[in-house]
Amino acid sequence: MDWHQLWVITSTPDNIPIVAMLFLVPFFTWYGLKQARENDQLIEQLEDDPQLAKTHHRKTLPWRPGWARELHVWPYLVRVEFLAAVIVTVILFVWSITLNAPLEEPANPNLTMNPSKAPWYFLGLQEMLVYFDPWIAGVVMPSLIMVGLMVFPYVDSNPLGNGYYTIKQRKFALAMFGIGWVTWILLIIIGTFIRGPGWIWFWPGQTWDHNAVVFDRNVDLHDWFAQNLGLTFLSSDPFKFIFGALVVGGFFLVCGLFLHWLMTRTEFDRKLLARTSLLQYVTFQFFAITVLFALPVKLLLRLLLNIKYVWVTPWFNV
Amino acid sequence: MQPERPNNDDKVAGKSSTGVVLLDKARDQGLALKDRALEEAKAYKDPQQTQLWKSIFRVSHDRSDPRNRSLAILSNVFLHLHPAKINRDAVRYGFTWGMGGITFYLFIVLTFTGVLLMFYYHPTKIQAFRDILYLEHDVPFGKLLRNMHRWAAHLMVITTWLHMFRVVLTGSYKRPREFNWCVGVVLLVLTLLLSFTGYLLPDDQLGFWAVTVGTNMARATPLLGSEGPFGPQLGMTPFNDVRFGLLGGSIVDSNALLRSYIWHCIGIPLVASIFMAVHFWRIRKDGGISGPAPVVLETEMKGKK
Repeated sequence: MDWHQLWVITSTPDNIPIVAMLFLVPFFTWYGLKQARENDQLIEQLEDDPQLAKTHHRKTLPWRPGWARELHVWPYLVRVEFLAAVIVTVILFVWSITLNAPLEEPANPNLTMNPSKAPWYFLGLQEMLVYFDPWIAGVVMPSLIMVGLMVFPYVDSNPLGNGYYTIKQRKFALAMFGIGWVTWILLIIIGTFIRGPGWIWFWPGQTWDHNAVVFDRNVDLHDWFAQNLGLTFLSSDPFKFIFGALVVGGFFLVCGLFLHWLMTRTEFDRKLLARTSLLQYVTFQFFAITVLFALPVKLLLRLLLNIKYVWVTPWFNV
Repeated sequence: MQPERPNNDDKVAGKSSTGVVLLDKARDQGLALKDRALEEAKAYKDPQQTQLWKSIFRVSHDRSDPRNRSLAILSNVFLHLHPAKINRDAVRYGFTWGMGGITFYLFIVLTFTGVLLMFYYHPTKIQAFRDILYLEHDVPFGKLLRNMHRWAAHLMVITTWLHMFRVVLTGSYKRPREFNWCVGVVLLVLTLLLSFTGYLLPDDQLGFWAVTVGTNMARATPLLGSEGPFGPQLGMTPFNDVRFGLLGGSIVDSNALLRSYIWHCIGIPLVASIFMAVHFWRIRKDGGISGPAPVVLETEMKGKK
């Protein structure tokens, strides 16, 4: 265990924000879910007691008859904003006094930095380069993630849970967002703490060896089948294209069926599905499979089985 | 408190010469002026009653009056983005976490520190790195300024993400706020791009290689990149593809530095400001922040629109 190496990585000034995120994200997740649980308990209570549901103010927050439902922004909101600004300013000053922004040597095109890392919030993209060709990792995937985020509200046909924390009423939507959110954070953590010189996998606490060489023999999926199952014809030309197309098509089919099964599990889920238009359904399936499922699956294929491509064509490789 | 007036009646008319009369007259006028000044000075004891004050603030700021509390928001150009009144539970920290507002505040901090940094920075290969050294070692508070700009940028990325996370957890992207969520996604991307374009500006190894890696990916853009699928077939070369357009050349050099400087300081902030204006405007138009709203039960779910 090389504690010094771990310390060097975590104390790099540009990595401080990601170390802070390691605490901030779990804290706010807990904070949000705590409120969701309280609301869910209230929802259950009101569902069991329709009489109470008619009179209850429907929040877990204190309320008494006669209290105004609205407050004046001046001063009740403005003072909160002012306080927040002061606190943020103080944090920034303390942070800026105690920690210097990094400055390396002058740019030198003849001396490559190793490892050459992007800023931490782009490390997810950089890490994706391991699993996909640059045109997918650098261009197509980021665009799909952006557009996927934008269509999110349009494919979520569930009208409940608008403006309050809840898990019970939005299990499916939260699970889908959660997969993407966790994958993204995981990729950043891998990129920050695990990838060392040569973008080689070093476990936290392992010394970064600049002379390390990895003898991975990455194979394409059709070759893997050809070698391990004796189906040698798969490595020849028309078959490997057809095989790859079948695998990708099969992947979409299996994931689509799995998602459909998830969407029809309970009475409530089926009710939501009935509200979903065909366009919403297809759009959701496409983005869920290409963004949320394909990425982790390819990641596991690469890390566990050393698979390079699943579909090789003369024009592009996936 | 009136000062005693000298009494002219006691004087014998014949004895006074013209000069003395004039002197007396001047003294009378002087004293009258003093009275007037004192009278007016009394009014200045309450500055809020002056014409100057009223011209600037337009309304009385007596806070005990509910109407004035509304006017304090509505008649103030910096505060008028707010509604006059707000859901009583929305001011609780627990619901919004304040992340959207903090993100905007950080944008202001970054604009302020960024403008100050621009006074000391030349986007040229010869001077850029030396300017950073100058900032760090010679400019008073220069190091603090640069640190603050850097850390505020990192913090802004964090708060933007947490803001998005909160919006998802509270379902605030739902009808009628779908479009504002899309504007928010664009703002998230612009935030990341702002940060990325700033990375190259110190012209050090860190920025140079990060931007080299980043823009190398643009080479692989489908159709528009010289190494992307179908790019070469469409006549893309390293000297006319999308990467060339981003860098202003085929390598990361002086043109890339200038381009990233202009995008960082003018282009993206301008676009981001427009999107921010729309984002804030839509918050109001969509009915203010989404909650904390009363919970709705499954049995009360309305039919599909």
